[in-house]
Amino acid sequence: MGAVGQAGRRGDRVRSDCWIAVSPRESGGITISLKSKVESMYGDSIRKLIEDGLEVLGVGHADVEIVDAGALPFVIAARLEAAVKRVLPDTAAEFLPEAKPFTKYGTTRDRFRRSRLYLPGDQSKLMLNAGLHGPDAVILDLEDSVAPGEKDAARFVVRNALRSVDFFGAERMVRINQLPAGLEDLRYLVPHNVHLILIPKVESPEQVIAVDARIQELKAEHGIDADIYLMPIVESALGCWRAYEIAAASPSVVALAVGLEDYTADIGTQRTNEGRESFWARSQVVNGARAAGVQAIDTVFSDVTDMEGLMESVLEAKGLGFDGKGCIHPRQIEVVHRGFAPKEKEIDKAKRIVLAFEKAEADGLGVVSLGSKMIDPPVVKRALRTVDMAMRSGLLREDWREGGADNA
Amino acid sequence: MPSPEMKKNAAGRMVPVDINGQTAVPYQGVGKYRPTGNRAAPRIATCVDYPESGNKVVPDLKTALKEAGIRDGMTISSHHHLRNGDFVANAVFDAADELGVKDLRWFPSASFPCHAPIIEHMKNGVVHHIEGSMNGPLGAYCSEGKMRGMGVLRSHGGRYQAVQDGDVHIDIAVIAAPTADPFGNAHGLTGPAACGLLGFALADSQYADRVIVVTDNLIEFPCIPWQIQGNNVDFVTTMDAIGDASKIVSGTTQITKSPDRLRIAEMTARFVKEAGIMHDGFSFQGGAGGTSLSFAIFLMDMMREAGIKARFVRGGSTKYLTRMLEEGLTDYILDGQTFDLDGVRSMRENPSHVDTSPFTSYNWHGKGNFASMLDCVVLGATEVDVNFNANVVTHSDGRLLHGIGGWQNCLSSKCTILPIPAFRDRIPVIVDRVTTLVGPGELIDVIVTERGIAINPLREDLIKAVHGKGLPIRTIQEMKAEIDDLVGGAPKPPELEEKVVAAIKWVDGTVIDCVRQVKV
Repeated sequence: MGAVGQAGRRGDRVRSDCWIAVSPRESGGITISLKSKVESMYGDSIRKLIEDGLEVLGVGHADVEIVDAGALPFVIAARLEAAVKRVLPDTAAEFLPEAKPFTKYGTTRDRFRRSRLYLPGDQSKLMLNAGLHGPDAVILDLEDSVAPGEKDAARFVVRNALRSVDFFGAERMVRINQLPAGLEDLRYLVPHNVHLILIPKVESPEQVIAVDARIQELKAEHGIDADIYLMPIVESALGCWRAYEIAAASPSVVALAVGLEDYTADIGTQRTNEGRESFWARSQVVNGARAAGVQAIDTVFSDVTDMEGLMESVLEAKGLGFDGKGCIHPRQIEVVHRGFAPKEKEIDKAKRIVLAFEKAEADGLGVVSLGSKMIDPPVVKRALRTVDMAMRSGLLREDWREGGADNA
Repeated sequence: MPSPEMKKNAAGRMVPVDINGQTAVPYQGVGKYRPTGNRAAPRIATCVDYPESGNKVVPDLKTALKEAGIRDGMTISSHHHLRNGDFVANAVFDAADELGVKDLRWFPSASFPCHAPIIEHMKNGVVHHIEGSMNGPLGAYCSEGKMRGMGVLRSHGGRYQAVQDGDVHIDIAVIAAPTADPFGNAHGLTGPAACGLLGFALADSQYADRVIVVTDNLIEFPCIPWQIQGNNVDFVTTMDAIGDASKIVSGTTQITKSPDRLRIAEMTARFVKEAGIMHDGFSFQGGAGGTSLSFAIFLMDMMREAGIKARFVRGGSTKYLTRMLEEGLTDYILDGQTFDLDGVRSMRENPSHVDTSPFTSYNWHGKGNFASMLDCVVLGATEVDVNFNANVVTHSDGRLLHGIGGWQNCLSSKCTILPIPAFRDRIPVIVDRVTTLVGPGELIDVIVTERGIAINPLREDLIKAVHGKGLPIRTIQEMKAEIDDLVGGAPKPPELEEKVVAAIKWVDGTVIDCVRQVKV
């Protein structure tokens, strides 16, 4: 035979990853040659994992070479599966790590999505502590951050991470590839408690419908009840133009996001700090999202060292009506949350509305009024959200009703 | 070599009682060992034996060593002021080799990877063994059992104590001096190899039989300030260059960019604030590691915001501590070493940036020391265990990789905080039992990892102080279980040979643990 399947990374600069080469043979069983910086501590456990994996994947005879730089078991498993499937593409079996109990929480349609932290799908190291930084969501990215030749391998890493990594309550999002490849990604995500799928570069409602349909198929196949939400990203003139149609394409859409790097190129200009060139697009996305009754999510701020610039950008986004912003570095999360946190005046007003609403409910009244003014239901809803966000941001005590008007 | 006689010490570790033919006392517990009697005294010198002109200059290092009476089996000391840029220690043993001397004991205050050539001198018999920190290649050489004698690792304070107790009698001290005069007065403030201060050579200058000052910046008498006093010096000699300036101090101190480390540093600063340690007139010490530097920066922000000022901070100084001083956030820097050019400049120009030594700060036989007066210290570790015991000298595979430095001495502060990642690559940092015991858990108060803050149950006051302050306080067992689950189970303990390759001294000179040969 002589064919070899290789996957993973090696070299002096590689940490917390491994490289695996699998050369199937006709006979002779499994031989493993292991070079690991944690050999004395985990050598036996790595060999056992490789043997178990090959058995599950149906490989009875092979030479396996592994160069390990402290990869965690779920990463080794992903690299092994990618190596095997690169050399034996007809392999149908999956080598799944145990789904840890802490990966099994759910999400809700209306939850906060102020910050969503992008994590390259092929780099597990960055995923491990991502949830500790407290983002509202993590995005395991299969699209732009993964090199074209590594798309297949990244699927295994992302799938295994969904089963193995504690994201500490963050909403579990994955950005799939542009369609049609993105439709194939779903098979590796839907059965593993993914909460939300980001669809990149959407230009038509049909694309959203196609993703939704594929998700429903896979959910039926795997007996999954939980909702899997969608966040289309519009990143072109056409996508922005059709913002409302895209946001309203499926009841699974909970948010519409805008991506400005590609958009500015598409309209033939460049991104500036002032952002005048993208004002229309951003406002269009906010309006399209609101018209469809979903959240509007702003693009990322790409200078990770400029926290003041980030804050300005967040305040501007909030001013335009956005609910959240993408983050590409964990240190951005706190700034984004601070920026989206309601101001004291907003909180005070929201508190008065919420109290009036609760009183009206208790009194069995259908209409909420504050002084002589009638309060419409969307305003009440907004106020409830503001109060909730104020509490989450540490600006309002949980027991504010008893404490009267004092904020935290 | 048969394994030496071993005894169980008060920490439950088996330790050798004979180290290179000298009797050693097993560790007895924190604060238990109090030797009595009189200190070792230095050799009596008589001034008429020295040139009345005050000119002690000899042509070269080889001549100086020869005139100092170098011979087989002697103890030669050197210092790490020039850090990884030091040329002098290697030159000393090259000269000893040319003089045909064998079996020397090298007694450095610390060694660096630049001292890898000493391995050749151990192979060719010039150096018998090292008593001092062994980093990088020297650590590997010792770990693999290739060194003839047993290594001895001491803290900076323990080194002073060992000299005063007579555990180590220094025959010849060689002091690399960035600036010196012909009388032997020396300092580290100026010259091409400026490093700030020379505190680690103080004991050697006072107690060694012969003291050689080596400089590449010989100035006319008097060299002021005399961080090293010429009255203790026998010979002065010159080299073209005593070190590589770019490796002595860094031009720019890098703070960490790692989000996890920044989180750990920020949580540490918040702990210091919320626990009430950050109060007007407080003091702290932090190192020059990335996390430690970031801690200082976060703390500075919090001090500014709260309008709080420290009375003194202890270095290793960097531009960040210097900025604190210049901004008026602290009255003084009491500095043990300077890590960057801003630190050196500040020490040279600012009378409130003061040099210290292991004598002022760390010495077990001092009548008190600065370390115990600190409100908090922030230190690193390679491992901690569920009883808060910590290791700084070996990695989890049993290999000797770091020295103790001032680490053990700093544990006597009022609050010792270890900000450390919970795991490195796949290797958990929180373990059931540290590979090598270097710091007893009863002295380690707080562990800060990216996953939470564990407070030593002995410190009920701290637990109470931060209760309800919104910090992620957890038990150390909880954090350990979380990491073990992530990395696929606790690691297999290293398989080690019987042979003891190094002894780890506690600050009082007793033996707290030992390091065994690794299997290769």
